[in-house]
Amino acid sequence: MDLNQKRTRMVDRVDSVDPDLVSPESTPMCPFPDEVLEPVLSLINSHKDRSSVSLVCKDWYNAERWSRRHVFIGNCYSVSPEIVVGRFPKIRSVTLKGKPRFSDFNLVPEDWGADVYPWLSVLAKAYPFLEELRLKRMAVSDESLEFLAMNFPEFKALSLLSCDGFSTDGLKAIATHCRNLAELDIQENGIDDLGGDWLSCFPETLTTLQVLNFASLNSEVNFNDLEKLVTRCKSLRVLKVNRTINLDQLQKLLLRAPQLTELGTGTFTQDLVTRPVADLEATFGSCKNLLTISGLWDTNSLYLPVIYPACASLTFLNLSCAALRSFELAMLLIHCKSLRRLWVLDTVGDMGLEAVGSWCPLLEELRVFPADPFEQENVAGVTESGFVAVSRGCPKLHYVLYFCHQMTNAAVATVVQNCPGFTHFRLCIMNLGQPDYVTNEPMDEAFGAVVRTCPNLQRLAVSGLLTDLTFEYIGKYAKNLEILSVAFAGSSDLGLKYVLGGCPRLRKLEIRDCPFGNAALLSGLTKYESMRSLWMSACNLTMNGCRVLAKEMPRLNVEVMKDEDSEDSQAHKVYIYRTVAGPRRDAPPFVLTL
Amino acid sequence: MSVPLEHDYIGLSDASSLERSTESSNINVFTLKATELSLGLPGFGKNSEENAKFGPVVKNYMSGAKRGFSDVNFNGSGPSGKWALNGGSEADLCRGVNCVFEKNQTSSSDVKPVEEEKKGPVKAQVVGWPPIRSFRKNTMATNLPKSGDVAEANLGSGECLYVKVSMDGAPYLRKIDLKIYRNYAELSTALEKMFSCFTLGQCTSNGIKGRDGLTESKLKDLLHGSECVLTYEDKDGDWMLVGDVPWEMFIDSCKRLRITKGSEAIGLAPRSTAKCKNRN
Repeated sequence: MDLNQKRTRMVDRVDSVDPDLVSPESTPMCPFPDEVLEPVLSLINSHKDRSSVSLVCKDWYNAERWSRRHVFIGNCYSVSPEIVVGRFPKIRSVTLKGKPRFSDFNLVPEDWGADVYPWLSVLAKAYPFLEELRLKRMAVSDESLEFLAMNFPEFKALSLLSCDGFSTDGLKAIATHCRNLAELDIQENGIDDLGGDWLSCFPETLTTLQVLNFASLNSEVNFNDLEKLVTRCKSLRVLKVNRTINLDQLQKLLLRAPQLTELGTGTFTQDLVTRPVADLEATFGSCKNLLTISGLWDTNSLYLPVIYPACASLTFLNLSCAALRSFELAMLLIHCKSLRRLWVLDTVGDMGLEAVGSWCPLLEELRVFPADPFEQENVAGVTESGFVAVSRGCPKLHYVLYFCHQMTNAAVATVVQNCPGFTHFRLCIMNLGQPDYVTNEPMDEAFGAVVRTCPNLQRLAVSGLLTDLTFEYIGKYAKNLEILSVAFAGSSDLGLKYVLGGCPRLRKLEIRDCPFGNAALLSGLTKYESMRSLWMSACNLTMNGCRVLAKEMPRLNVEVMKDEDSEDSQAHKVYIYRTVAGPRRDAPPFVLTL
Repeated sequence: MSVPLEHDYIGLSDASSLERSTESSNINVFTLKATELSLGLPGFGKNSEENAKFGPVVKNYMSGAKRGFSDVNFNGSGPSGKWALNGGSEADLCRGVNCVFEKNQTSSSDVKPVEEEKKGPVKAQVVGWPPIRSFRKNTMATNLPKSGDVAEANLGSGECLYVKVSMDGAPYLRKIDLKIYRNYAELSTALEKMFSCFTLGQCTSNGIKGRDGLTESKLKDLLHGSECVLTYEDKDGDWMLVGDVPWEMFIDSCKRLRITKGSEAIGLAPRSTAKCKNRN
């Protein structure tokens, strides 16, 4: 295998590259001794850069693998734990991602896999001094968490996002046994919340906590224990409490931790006021370092102003749990001139978004979530005019996630003209197959405008009524596109063919309910090894088509999930990914690896 | 002779449905006078955020509610029996409903048929759409005071409090989890959606938040305004009028709920708005 071939393959983070094959010549090309090379390379943190470094020559490959401290594995089945520990001897931090993203939307059956336990047992032997573990969409059991707590004495940071299979008992194990814990970040997960007593398991001797996020848990914790914990952890910079914490308690916590940079409040309203609101306002004023505020459940015009004194320096405001109305948001944003990232519910309406455009000129990221996602008729929410209003006032906007019920091609074209720097454009028109509601045409031109006008586009999610033309535009213009999400779109195989024929940087492609069949699937034969994964569900794929793909490309895992209802010849859910680990050994009965 | 009027399980059609439904034994239907129904909230036609937030009575939550009635079909579409709404027969049912709405042009306060004609047939819910993380969905269910949909996962403090809800004249009962509501307004909205015979929507359309006292009195005003009265059976087995006591006390003592017709509710406690306002 020559170097050129390898370079065009866009190698992923971990690869079982045989070092002898990398480059025949080493000494003339690489005059640096290891003592120089390794410290230099240890300053490189980007995974992509490290991948590139490892491909230069054998010496650099070795220097890189010895100096790497953090490994990122985007698909836990693309490589085996044994391969990872074989290549990288000195890892301190592991990030693992498991299930396909559509599992977040219930499209992947339970017990699909991505169990973290097999990884932990291997990691425990190879990296006994592992410090950090960040998991996304992995199946995590209480036993796994207990194993983690007991086998890694230096363990410092645990972050769980979209994982499931564990309960607060697992958290108890972590709190009890991890003596050096600095980070416990429990984001939205399928956790079995059995009670809040896990928090009381932190020993009195633990003073190293820097990040504590339990906002997504529902049970009440012992407030005294929480207050004591916050008091003794002087380095605490991120504190996100859950909804059971009331305003009085929040006040006490803030007084103990004025150094916080990120705060997630509890319930932000109360019926009986035990302490004047002015007190709480002053407390917020004294938190000079706050950059992020989230939580704010149930807040309203009476209590929201309490945070105004802290707003001037805020860079991220997460209001996705607070059903604010337009004027409430407007009054708040007047104070938030430094805001870079804003997450809101669509209860703020177009008028709220106009306020965003007016008051937040530095805004880079906007996410508008639907308050009532399954409401299909007679909802207000936001429309195209709010979108345009934000784009007018926020020229630096480059990340948008926008849920709406109606959109027009013209509006999207205007938005991207105002903000040509988009890197992430995720538009979700919630009514399926909805055309431009003014012209009644498909939304093809909208996304055409996006890919033509935004050369830096990395991530795109399309929606609305779309024909193959959308995909022709994407294939032709989206040269930097890495992630594409498609649902209920396209007219024929051509659509997928266009995308697979273009988009040289495509890494992740997820498709559901589109009329793409075997011919389209096979047209991308040579492309899939340069991608992380392809998901196709409820399309027109058959088992035979998938078998052909599997036969032609032995280094891909072509997995079909059998549905009870679908016919035997139909491939209802297909997940294809490159791997150096061969077919899964832990596949459940409904997953067939072809 | 016109085509037999299609009824969905709520039986929303014109006023003569009363007679028709008593005759027909096959079609399961409530007997409701359309003119007294409010399928949408008053003032609903304006695109005001406030009104729309609270939503109309009969939304697509019907598709969620349909799981119990999939055997009861009106269009000849086969029972799907499936809860996960993957289109198909569920969508047929929806279209059936839509037909009913479109025929119901006479209802003056009803804006919905117009809206639907604009948008096309009501679409059934599709698994995994819109693409909101199920975990976020669950968080929102407890966050939004407006969301009273029973189909949302019940999180809360882990305990459920399911009580039966019966309505006079209805062929079957429903069960709701009282723990997922936080005040009378939410409960009324949810029941409204479920049974669509209330005009309690007026209560929430003014954007009244906050103290239970206010909503309780409004609730009772409207209860007596319409012909439906919401009552509950408490721990002692007595039938009480909903709205008298603070919410927490109510869910503690409520064993089942009953929506009675006005005429049968004679004899229950009269309005005591003063009492309500003085509380707290």
